[in-house]
Amino acid sequence: MSVTLDIRLKRANKVYHEGETVAGVIVLACKEAMQHHGISLSMEGLVNLQLSSKSVGVFEAFYNSVKPIQLISCNIEVAKAGKIPGGKTEIPFEFPLLTKGNKVLYETYHGVFVNIQYTLRCDMKRSLLAKDLSRNCEFIVHCQPQKAKVVPTPVNFSITPDTLQNIRERSSLPKFLIKGHLDATNCVISQPLTGELVVENSDVPIKSIELQLVRVETCGCAEGYARDATEIQNIQIAEGDVCHGLPIPIYMVFPRLFTCPTLETTNFKVEFEVNVVIVLHDDHLITENFPLKLCRV
Amino acid sequence: MAAVQWRSRGRNYEAELQRCRPEAAPVEFGDYHPLKPIMVTDTKTRRGARKGSTSSSSSSSSSAAPDPLSSMLDGTDPLSMFAAASATETPALSHSASTGDLGRKKREKETEEAVGPDFEPWSVKRGEILARFTTTEKLSINLFMGSDKGKAPSPGSSAVSEKVRTRLEELDDLEEGSQRELLNLSQQDYANRIEELNQSLKEAWASDQKVKALKIVIQCSKLLSDTSVIQFYPSKFVLITDILDTFGRLVYDRIWTMCSDPRPLSDSFTVDDVNDTAKETCLNWFFKIASIRELLPRLYVEAAILKCNRFLNKSGIQETLPRLTAMIRGIGDPLVAAYTRAYLCRVGMEVAPNLKDSLNRNFFDLLGSFRQISSESVQNQLVQQRVEVPEYLTLYSPAINWILQCIAYRAPEPLLTEMMERCKKLGNNALLLNSVMRAFRPDFVATRATDFIGMIKDCDEAGFPKHLLFGSLGRSLACADPPESERLTILNEAWKVITKVRSPRDYINCAEIWVEFTCRHFTKRENNTVMADIIKHMTPDRAFEDAYPQLQSVIRKILTYFNDFSVLFSMERFLPFLDMFQKDSVRVEVCRSIMEVFIKHQLEPTRDPVILNAMLHICKTMHDSVNALTLEDEKRSLSLLIIGFIRMVCFGRDFEQQLSFCVEARATFCNLEPVLVQLIHTVNQLAMETRRVMRENHSRKTAAFVRACAAYSFITIPSLSSIFSRLSLYLQSGQVALANQCLSQADAFLKAAVSILPDVPRSISIEGKLRSSESFLMDFINNFLATLLVIPDHPEHGVLYLVRGLLNMVQDYTWEDNSDAKVRVYVSALPLLAAMSQETYLYSIPKVDSNETLYGGDPKFLSEINKLCETLIGQVLDHLKSLGRDEHSTRRQGALAFSLFGVLLAHGDLRNNKLSQLAVNLWNLSHKHGYCDTRVSVRTLESIKQQAVQHDMSHLSDTVQRLTLQSRT
Repeated sequence: MSVTLDIRLKRANKVYHEGETVAGVIVLACKEAMQHHGISLSMEGLVNLQLSSKSVGVFEAFYNSVKPIQLISCNIEVAKAGKIPGGKTEIPFEFPLLTKGNKVLYETYHGVFVNIQYTLRCDMKRSLLAKDLSRNCEFIVHCQPQKAKVVPTPVNFSITPDTLQNIRERSSLPKFLIKGHLDATNCVISQPLTGELVVENSDVPIKSIELQLVRVETCGCAEGYARDATEIQNIQIAEGDVCHGLPIPIYMVFPRLFTCPTLETTNFKVEFEVNVVIVLHDDHLITENFPLKLCRV
Repeated sequence: MAAVQWRSRGRNYEAELQRCRPEAAPVEFGDYHPLKPIMVTDTKTRRGARKGSTSSSSSSSSSAAPDPLSSMLDGTDPLSMFAAASATETPALSHSASTGDLGRKKREKETEEAVGPDFEPWSVKRGEILARFTTTEKLSINLFMGSDKGKAPSPGSSAVSEKVRTRLEELDDLEEGSQRELLNLSQQDYANRIEELNQSLKEAWASDQKVKALKIVIQCSKLLSDTSVIQFYPSKFVLITDILDTFGRLVYDRIWTMCSDPRPLSDSFTVDDVNDTAKETCLNWFFKIASIRELLPRLYVEAAILKCNRFLNKSGIQETLPRLTAMIRGIGDPLVAAYTRAYLCRVGMEVAPNLKDSLNRNFFDLLGSFRQISSESVQNQLVQQRVEVPEYLTLYSPAINWILQCIAYRAPEPLLTEMMERCKKLGNNALLLNSVMRAFRPDFVATRATDFIGMIKDCDEAGFPKHLLFGSLGRSLACADPPESERLTILNEAWKVITKVRSPRDYINCAEIWVEFTCRHFTKRENNTVMADIIKHMTPDRAFEDAYPQLQSVIRKILTYFNDFSVLFSMERFLPFLDMFQKDSVRVEVCRSIMEVFIKHQLEPTRDPVILNAMLHICKTMHDSVNALTLEDEKRSLSLLIIGFIRMVCFGRDFEQQLSFCVEARATFCNLEPVLVQLIHTVNQLAMETRRVMRENHSRKTAAFVRACAAYSFITIPSLSSIFSRLSLYLQSGQVALANQCLSQADAFLKAAVSILPDVPRSISIEGKLRSSESFLMDFINNFLATLLVIPDHPEHGVLYLVRGLLNMVQDYTWEDNSDAKVRVYVSALPLLAAMSQETYLYSIPKVDSNETLYGGDPKFLSEINKLCETLIGQVLDHLKSLGRDEHSTRRQGALAFSLFGVLLAHGDLRNNKLSQLAVNLWNLSHKHGYCDTRVSVRTLESIKQQAVQHDMSHLSDTVQRLTLQSRT
């Protein structure tokens, strides 16, 4: 009496926008006809906030304020109690993706302290002897494209021992000059981060040059907030002692799910930064930080 | 039946011949040609079954009937059509057979179309690189996740528990951070490991573990950033890019099959034909790869699946290629970067051969970062690994050659010139120069050969070895010709450098290439000098021992261009050059190739002592290589070559010298039987030639000479082991001796032939199969009998000494059981005897008196013959009787009886009642069991009737009346 339950969305990429209809089918497959006590389908959008362990002590006071924020929720009954025939049964469904009131559908985002997730959940109730069945399916929400035109705001940079902050011994630092530019700090999320970097000279050979994509998540309210920066990904753009004077491309694709348009709400913030990290052969680590503003067009 | 009386029929051969002549049928010259389609329109035959009197003739006329041979050749020859069809079919078949995947096949076809067959594919280079860049150092593989590479499972021990354990280990391996380092691998081990990884990649893919597959690929490409044991790097590159290719193919094919529902994608599909699921999968791969941390794996893996961009958008490949090209700049190690570029170019050529820009871009970037090669970190590395700079530089060649080859492929002239200028700007970098010469079109290089020599000279002495540069130049010049006026200067300049190369190995590699150029454009004088130089370099310390392949190639090249052997052997250094081949097998091979060329190109017979001496020397070398272990085939082919030489030797009218040459040759080639046979033929021919020159009147001197020839044959024949060659040679030599009036010699030959008859085995091996020798023996005996007609009896022996001797041998010979062979010999001896009893013989040898003159129709002689005939017929009849006893042999009995009947009819005097009675009896016997072919019988009767019309044959009409034709019942 095995039965499998599956939710299939119509769109292969599972991406939906506000106002669109989430459509798909529930697929039931069983060998022979089967009794059940009703099948229901629910859609839910949630923002989960979590506090990092290091700030837990401070914020115990307003612990309650980090309970999940519901963005959307609805429920329909797919089938009343009854019998489904043997073989494969497909039950189509549709949900309009509309919010109630002035709530906004934030874009799907998988972070460390902030998670924005949309799921479909299908439940099948069965008699006492058989277990109830349920199935989850995540779908992805992209927020509406931004109306205003994106100004790329390119940035040039030049790194020398003198431009650095946070150094213990400035005297032991070898000489170097690294120039470059980012084509934009106002980035379109679907397009890569680009730019160029030139090692003009360096006394100590370079070991590696990396791009570190960092998320900065802030959770909090009026009473106080927690702000944590964590690495999303680290992309090496140069390995070994690269040719001096030859421009090296800066190129990074923003990973899906782990990035979203920069988000600022009353309860939480999600921001992004990129670090250009230069590792010298003597393990000196030189980092240049650039805050990014991501948006969707 | 014993009292048969034989009377031979008197014959008038002249008259019979006249009767047999066809009535002249006018033939128009314009129409008639022997090779035109022949159609027999009219045949007139008269009876006459004697040898030498052609009994039938056909008048022919041309007709419009199409010649079946020529109709085959007008274009639509089914064979070539089939070949053409299979040429296109075969790759497709093999592919679909091996993978069952249409996608791959289509893709390859497409690539071929875009690139064309004149582009030397990577697969060719692959092997070269693997063979060239080797190491004895220990290698290591450092993987962060493993495949089941613990221990190679011993074959046969595939117990289930074993399987389960490796599976579990595999799972463990997949855990994060399960680093595994394999140390101390030999080169072969390393290649095996990589192949294992390739296998586990395929397995992982097949079992739907896509992530694991990706991990394997990433880890493998990471190995490419490791430049320890740098000599091995090019080979490592080859091995690992194989894995990447596999991966790229797997991904592409998978996405391709996702779109093949409901019907497969066409070759030229567009983005619109791709469904969403496939696009999403494809996109996923690209996102996954974009997040690979390290630069090198990210580059390689993205390059590997470059082709998948076709599923996503039109301009994907076009945009990705330049980006990847630029990203390579981030690779610090110049060698690693160069090879990454080579890989990118390779993939680019495969996927989008029309995108030349990024190829050029790659090359310019390469030039831009060229100074990296002399950077400190590279130098340190070389010191650490104890690798010399020249050796290090050669490691670049395959990569740069490949990049330049891609660029130069069907590139316009100005581009090539521009490339060259850029190289020049970099201070005539030898490494680049080398690659330019290798990759660019030979004609381009050849027209600028003088420039190139100048540039080579300007190159830094310490860097790239110059002999390699000249080698590359030589290779181009071997295919394309530089301007006429510069050729000698080029050769001089090049050879000046080559001759200074110290290491014999480097020297011969370079010299071998330049020999082609020298042979093409210069005379024997220059080539002689070149050979002298090679000998000078290769002789010390027996350096030639390690260079046989190159030296052989030198010989091959010289032979291709110097077909005239008098010129060839007049190069003083040619034979000393051959002396360098001291290993037997190589030596023979070289001699063989020389002989092959000789046979092919020496069209005129020669007596040039230089050629003869040299060739004899070469042939002797080949002959001396034959030993007990030599295969039959080998012997046969060597013999053929030597025979080819012997046939080309001709001393014109100096017959004695020719004979003495044959004597010498016999001594030299005593181990090869076919050669001896040829020598005997040659000597026989020589004797006949002498006869022709003397117009059959031998002087004392020539008589002695032909006797010497006969003596030569007589003492050579017994040394042959094949009995049939001995027999036929005895017979032939006997005929030749007879023709030259050497009666006693001829007698001796024939006697010898008769005396070895009993030794003929009953079965002989032909082409490895055991066959009965009977038919061969019958043939020989019939031939022999025909010769016996003209052999005069020896005065000291009795009448018909040889005939009796032969018949006795036939009687004593152990014939096969159940065979009529003996009796058939008897039957065929009857015509001979009948011919011998004629007043004038059918044929005779000029200047030789046959028995007709010796006995002059002496009745004693005739009765002797008749007695002999009677004995023979008696034997035959006895045999017929014995055949009649057995049910199964009635068919044989009939056939034999009919053949005897035929002989009686043709040669017996049927006026004799007894004989005619016997003939009638035989006729009846042959028809008794109904095995006789009625048509033959009818025709025989008709022919007899025709004969009976002639005036002295009227008795036949009586006989005919008694011959009844059995109707078929």
